[in-house]
Amino acid sequence: MIDRHHIGHSCPPSTVRVEAGFLKLFAKATDEPDPIYHNEHAARAAGHRDIPAMPTYGTCLLLNNPAPTAYLEDLGVNPQSVLHAEQTFFTTGMIYAGDDITLHRKVTDIYDKKDGALEFVEWETQAVNQFGETVLTMRVKGVIRHDL
Amino acid sequence: MTFEAGQTLSNLTKPPITRTTLALYCGASHDHNPIHVDMDAARAIGLSDVIGHGMLTMAYMGQCLTAVFQQDQIRQFQTRFISPTHIGDEITCQSVVRSISDGDHPEQMLEIDITACDQNGQTKAVGTALITLA
Repeated sequence: MIDRHHIGHSCPPSTVRVEAGFLKLFAKATDEPDPIYHNEHAARAAGHRDIPAMPTYGTCLLLNNPAPTAYLEDLGVNPQSVLHAEQTFFTTGMIYAGDDITLHRKVTDIYDKKDGALEFVEWETQAVNQFGETVLTMRVKGVIRHDL
Repeated sequence: MTFEAGQTLSNLTKPPITRTTLALYCGASHDHNPIHVDMDAARAIGLSDVIGHGMLTMAYMGQCLTAVFQQDQIRQFQTRFISPTHIGDEITCQSVVRSISDGDHPEQMLEIDITACDQNGQTKAVGTALITLA
């Protein structure tokens, strides 16, 4: 079981540059039809300051990190044992190619169900752009199965 | 555009998931977990083959929203992952209006239910979104 004293634990903040090439590849990988996600000119013609990050791209910023699973290892959790149970985005602004996004992640809850067979960890991450605006808050719920 | 509870907003069927789809998503998303692209790694943990990224399914569900609304109208978007996707799965996402609220929120909001199912009708993920109409 994960030590409950990790609740409230904050990861060191990291800053990630949003790269146009990756946004375009994301649009290709998801077979996205809207040209604003593929092309700067189409994005600007539609009133955007650059190519927008698609609605779920925020989790990719968390993974664009030299040690993407350190936040799990900090808790003593084997990354291979965690399933992605739930994901929530609270959106307060847009993220664009060229932005520098600073991510503040913390553990918000750890609990178990079924007499400890299933253990849940919840993290919340605030994403703040180079203008100091919080553009996105992400919540992720991971489940660790101890009954397998 | 006017909205009412129960109204279907979009019904989006994506091309079948291939190994190429998952390789592209792996590179694009920075999710390099090998169980999505490396059959040996998938078998080593007891799976019969690679499984799709849950966040790929959620990206498809998001396209159900941006097909109808401007992206900056999305205030909240939540998904619960039910079962993994597999190679060959053809995912259909459907969005339906659950309610139109103007209650305690200063903006008029639409609450939307989104489902992602495969070609056999098996549910892969269910979600909700809040859309501002202000």
